[in-house]
Amino acid sequence: MSAITPTLADSLAPQPLPPGDNYLTHTRGFMSWAFTLDHKRIALMYFYAVGVFTFIGGIFAMLLRTELIMPGPTFFPGNPTQSWNFYNHMFTLHGAVMVFLFIIPAIPAIIGNFVLPIMLGAKDMAFPRLNLASFWIYMIGALFFVWLLLGGVMRSAIPSLGDSGWAWLFPMGLDTGWTFYTPYSTSISKSGVVPATFGAFILGFSSILTAVNFIATIHSLRPKGMTWFRLPLLLWSLYATAVIVLLATPVLAITLLLLLVERVFSVGIFDPALGGDPVMYQHFFWFYSHPAVYIMILPAFGVISEVIASHCRRSLFGYKFIALSSVAIAFLSALVWGHHMFTSGQSPLASMFFSALTFCVAIPSAIKVFNWVSTLHGASIRLHTAMLCALGFLVLFTIGGLTGLFLGAIPVDVHFHDTYFIVAHFHYVMMGSVLFAFLAAVYHWFPKMFGRMINEKMGSISVIVTFIGFNLAFFIQFIMGSQGMPRRYADYMPQFWIHHFVSTIGAYTMFLGLILVLINWVWSAKRGKLAPANPWGANTLEWQTTSPPPHDNFPVTPTVEDPYDMGRWEWNDEDQGFVLTAEARAALHADPQRKIETA
Amino acid sequence: MSFFYSFLAQASKFLDGTTAETADGAKGSFWMPFRASSYAGDVDWTFYFIYWICVIFTALILFLLIYFTIKYRHKSNGPAPARPAAHNTALELTWTIVPIVLVLTIFYFGFRTYMDQVVVPPDAYEINVKGQMWSWSFTYPDGNVQNELHVPVGVPVRLVLTSGEGDVIHSFFVPVLRLKKDVVPGRYNQMWFKADTVGRYQAFCAEYCGTNHSQMAAVVVVHPLEASDDEEEQEGSIVTWAQWLDSARDPRQGGDPVTVGQELYASRGCNQCHTVDGSASIGPTWKDMFGEETRFRDGTSQIADENYIMQSINQPNAKVVAGFQPVMPTYQGQFKQDEYTALIAYMKSISSHAPNYPKTWADVDAASGQGK
Repeated sequence: MSAITPTLADSLAPQPLPPGDNYLTHTRGFMSWAFTLDHKRIALMYFYAVGVFTFIGGIFAMLLRTELIMPGPTFFPGNPTQSWNFYNHMFTLHGAVMVFLFIIPAIPAIIGNFVLPIMLGAKDMAFPRLNLASFWIYMIGALFFVWLLLGGVMRSAIPSLGDSGWAWLFPMGLDTGWTFYTPYSTSISKSGVVPATFGAFILGFSSILTAVNFIATIHSLRPKGMTWFRLPLLLWSLYATAVIVLLATPVLAITLLLLLVERVFSVGIFDPALGGDPVMYQHFFWFYSHPAVYIMILPAFGVISEVIASHCRRSLFGYKFIALSSVAIAFLSALVWGHHMFTSGQSPLASMFFSALTFCVAIPSAIKVFNWVSTLHGASIRLHTAMLCALGFLVLFTIGGLTGLFLGAIPVDVHFHDTYFIVAHFHYVMMGSVLFAFLAAVYHWFPKMFGRMINEKMGSISVIVTFIGFNLAFFIQFIMGSQGMPRRYADYMPQFWIHHFVSTIGAYTMFLGLILVLINWVWSAKRGKLAPANPWGANTLEWQTTSPPPHDNFPVTPTVEDPYDMGRWEWNDEDQGFVLTAEARAALHADPQRKIETA
Repeated sequence: MSFFYSFLAQASKFLDGTTAETADGAKGSFWMPFRASSYAGDVDWTFYFIYWICVIFTALILFLLIYFTIKYRHKSNGPAPARPAAHNTALELTWTIVPIVLVLTIFYFGFRTYMDQVVVPPDAYEINVKGQMWSWSFTYPDGNVQNELHVPVGVPVRLVLTSGEGDVIHSFFVPVLRLKKDVVPGRYNQMWFKADTVGRYQAFCAEYCGTNHSQMAAVVVVHPLEASDDEEEQEGSIVTWAQWLDSARDPRQGGDPVTVGQELYASRGCNQCHTVDGSASIGPTWKDMFGEETRFRDGTSQIADENYIMQSINQPNAKVVAGFQPVMPTYQGQFKQDEYTALIAYMKSISSHAPNYPKTWADVDAASGQGK
């Protein structure tokens, strides 16, 4: 019988598929990509799109740091007003693009889309068409958003554009910061607040649709044997993220709608001149945007769990603690928004509660870090580039997380609020940690995505350069901020010059590191060594199919037990990859429970 | 090229040390700026308490990270390690409970200092702070309006903050005082501090407010209560609080008596109830009031002379003009002699009964000399 019924072990034997047929080559032509329902192709399209938008956001980070390389107007030396306007448009663009187009979608939309169904042994998402719709909604929202913001930057750089015949090509942009604080955004700013909120609104829909899809897929498409506590940790974190997205994003949508109503119809909601309350806007906004911080970081937690387990070749220490702490963070994240408003004039009693709840979030975060570090103990650590990125993540997240303690303590936060200390803190957590987790993810799943191995040597160098540049750029901002340098300043007092100068040099270094990363990716995707099915010896399901996977992921639906039982795999020199040990193979054949139904 | 030159200029200035000193000349520590308020010490104490927790935990995690990575690094793709501990309840409980205790301690210290910050001493000296795109104005109890914040040393000061009409949110931030509060249109926020070191300090706007956000700075001057005995120290130093109050409040700086009076009429709110065009309002009009025979509610009457006006400012309800309600608040102690004179001069200037009102302060001095 077992010879007739295909098993998972058989699926790892020479493939029945025609050689060279995989999801990348399954069909050809532009339309086969643009209207694909294959989650892997959608993930790759997200990868390219997010990459382009991140590059734009990064270019503007470099321009911002250049403006700040010395006090006074730098780009337009004779014209301070123009310099300040230019800076204000640029920092809004940088923040909004990075938050809405990179940090929020990067790991869920690229890595999540690619890996989630394969990890479940499924052929695709629960709703493949919704997945495609979500991608195109993202593209429409993102292109509109970037066009709008770039137009504003161009206009502030070249004021004559506004009077030229090309004015229609350069919309008014946005100069409110990504936070859209009222009443500046509703009553004063002359920039394109209405179209910008519309853009953010569209992007929110894309997030919600992806979240619905993730939740439905994890609930309904788990294979036999995958109980909730056998779910790979990436799926736990994507699940928790999807729940927050689903609950919080509509609040942002409603808030932005109210903003639109006030700006367009002059209905008094947030502007006191019309009878509204600007502090209420902050409550609404942070009710979404604080959970959004965890929308950004939770997927990173999941990636790091997978990468550390795989490259340590052992199960994670405290799996349940890590899994449940994701859920705890998701729950607590909805209760701490008020810590963004300690100086706003909200009631001191409310501030006390928000302070206490904020400290509660520190506990699950601390547990995760300790569990990851303990996983290294007794492990068999291979320092691949992905693992280097994960170690970098641990350092950055430790610093970023611990500096959050200062901001939970109200009197210290009152001093640090809206200074560069905050800028440094959230760059460590949201940007450093998420970026390094994203790099770790791409390096880890690169063989699966492109069927080729990364150049490890260049990978390590580029990641180390990025890490040094990041710390140079942002650690000094803690000092600058605690000394009293306010954020969102186009100009500053000479006493802060050395801090800004070092920070700018660090930013350039980091940019260089990321360019090296990009070159390595492009080179490796074209010229890298062909990848085996399982280059790292990991036991989650995506490594039990070919690299790159076939169009349908698996010829048969697999069953699973422990996703972190790395002992089932041994190195095979011939394949230059890991294969199932003889015992694991025998166990698959012997145990009738493990027989697999044909798909 | 010009960019390069100005950059070099900046660098050489820095190397000369001309920018090393903070704008206020007061040096702080590596992490925190100079401390100049009574609770700054507590804030910094909380800061350093958290700081050392961070340093210790970062060092611990970094050490374990590097040590484990070196010790357990495998260059070859050998077999997976024999199944290592999947979890350890005692260890996991330890690193759950220890952080809980630590954050509770931090919360307690934060709570204590925050209580100090929110409970305003009842005798605090009150100053109104107004933020407008893109400047600050500070209004003192006597109605004097300045664009620098002047405070006496060692005296609790309560700031009542609001934003201008139709304006946006700003945030008043004085690093050396460890003090920050948003200035929100449509509501009053408050905070207090007690400055404990004389000096000139920098204040910033900390909430993004548009084009010139980075230029919205102000100076905070903490004045001594008594002059220093050391004459050398007095040279170029900050004047005493009393001296500053005097100089800031010398009405003669504001122009001729009628102009000063007219400004007081607007800035002190007289115009809310008294017109100057003869129409009736909540209070009687000032047009032609001076020198007129005025009838009161109790049936008596009097010529409205200087003494009557001064009395009406200080004890407004002693003689209420017929046809009006006794609703005016007292301004006792809020005007200096020259300000009374200026207000009266303004009233005279709009009255047909006093053609010879004083045109200059010299006229005022001459008249009072004659009178005696």
